[in-house]
Amino acid sequence: MPDLHALSAREVRDGVARGHFSAVDVCQSCLARIDALEASVHAFISIDRTGAIARAETLDRRTAKTRELPLAGVPVVIKDNLCTAGTKTTAGSRILGDFVPPYDATSVARLTAAGAIVLGKANCDEFAMGSSTEHSAFGPSRNPWDTTRAPGGSSGGSAVAVAAGFAPLALGSDTGGSIRQPAAFCGVVGLKPTYGRVSRYGLIAFASSFDQVGPFARSAADAALVLGIMAGADPADSTCASHAVPRYEAALTGDVRGLKIGVPRAMLEHGVDSDVAACFESALDALRERGAAVRDIQLPHGRYGIPVYYLLATAEASANLARYDGVRYGFRAESTTLTGMYERTRDEGFGAEVKRRIMLGTYALSAGYYDAFYRRAQQGRTLIRRDYDEAFDAVDIVALPTTPTAAFKLGERLDDPLQMYLADVFTVGAPLAGLPALSVPCGVTGERLPVGLQLIGRSFDEETLLRTADAYERVRGAMPLPGASSPSR
Amino acid sequence: MPDDLSIAEVERIAALARLALTDEEKALYAAQLGRILEYARLVAELDTREVAPTAAIGSGAQVERADVPRPPLPHETAIANAPDTAAGLFRVPRVLGDA
Repeated sequence: MPDLHALSAREVRDGVARGHFSAVDVCQSCLARIDALEASVHAFISIDRTGAIARAETLDRRTAKTRELPLAGVPVVIKDNLCTAGTKTTAGSRILGDFVPPYDATSVARLTAAGAIVLGKANCDEFAMGSSTEHSAFGPSRNPWDTTRAPGGSSGGSAVAVAAGFAPLALGSDTGGSIRQPAAFCGVVGLKPTYGRVSRYGLIAFASSFDQVGPFARSAADAALVLGIMAGADPADSTCASHAVPRYEAALTGDVRGLKIGVPRAMLEHGVDSDVAACFESALDALRERGAAVRDIQLPHGRYGIPVYYLLATAEASANLARYDGVRYGFRAESTTLTGMYERTRDEGFGAEVKRRIMLGTYALSAGYYDAFYRRAQQGRTLIRRDYDEAFDAVDIVALPTTPTAAFKLGERLDDPLQMYLADVFTVGAPLAGLPALSVPCGVTGERLPVGLQLIGRSFDEETLLRTADAYERVRGAMPLPGASSPSR
Repeated sequence: MPDDLSIAEVERIAALARLALTDEEKALYAAQLGRILEYARLVAELDTREVAPTAAIGSGAQVERADVPRPPLPHETAIANAPDTAAGLFRVPRVLGDA
């Protein structure tokens, strides 16, 4: 029997459907992998061993029905800011430390209805605010390629789980890069769909004009499979578009002849690590060799992405997080007055980064500063959207490195929040414009740390992103496995 | 060096945000927010004349579901996560007379 934990989602599904192995076999292989490595990487906030095995046994008993499920027996890990009915969902926060949702997020419900087995809930920065998982109230995750380094964030635990072989698929959420950046740092594929492509019902809100749910996988083909299952209208989310859901897997033709790729060169002039730049250029060369045309383009307002994003996202967060008041759910600090109870609950319940962002967003929205900061950032967002509109008149895809550097050391940026924010320079553009974007591994640095190639597409054109990433993967070949996670192989 | 926010300004924002910050937190955020806001002032460079603000990304027509009643969350389930309840209600500290 092969190493079941190392199989792709499609291989698991096909093997279970054909009776080559059972869903329980796959589940046990993944749980054994978790037992061997979880202590060194801390991907999870909670693991549901008995529930996972029980669901796999149920699938194995219903063979006729199971054969038709597109994710039959496929283990999946869910970021802990997506609600799971009856299973603790903390969003990485002390304030939701004991929160047990009464319903499933739509994205989770669609995966389990398709036969996926949820193994557990992945660690993340508190309320998805962070780029390293160091802002989780439950301690940081560690990068399986080098456990002294950050896995990226905020969906770091999801990326680690897929990279370390705990599950072939994971769900995360992306607001300013929270899927793509950890995917790049951990050497896996991460896809942020178009705003409105996937339902956000049951996603704990951070910044509602940006948040999107998306998958992590070890290949573009697996990402295509899971996106097709999650995407599409949801009566419970009015921001979820009713656009038809294409057959994403049918787009994976390997053919990128005539594809036009634009590179905003001016954005690469400062602060990009030389190994990252070399991996990026060699990925572009590979796509050129397969027939794509690569040309330089302009995104004239690219340098305003970080301030525009952080002003708007924190403003939205300050409103969204007003609901945590110690009344209806979550942690409460006792006080004799109602206001005192609110203020102490929130000071004790939220961590330092969440409070910093609530303060920043409240400031940007407050009287006297609204026009200079919040409104001007909204106008900046319009200018950034126009840049992309104009770019997509000339090209089919905008390509950038996902991050300016490979994974940084844990602790390195913790005391300098602005430095942490600046690392999102290449990922904030797509969510500001509502566009889909994908990170696919494109090699390793001299220190053997993965590098991500980011592809940004037109609105609702995930097909071109997946086709291009898949075509690139065929040239690149298999990514090497992370050194830190090799002992049990 | 960018200017720190004043402690009074930090206290004003914290009161709006309902955060009972400690003195250490006030000092830390005064310095950090000052630095972040200094950087955010980059947006002042933008030529925003006749540029409409983007408040949300429209993904097409507003999506609405049919207006038909559906079973709601049972009452007990809806309040099951509350830190303090009594007689099926949320219990909070005294409201009247609170400053």
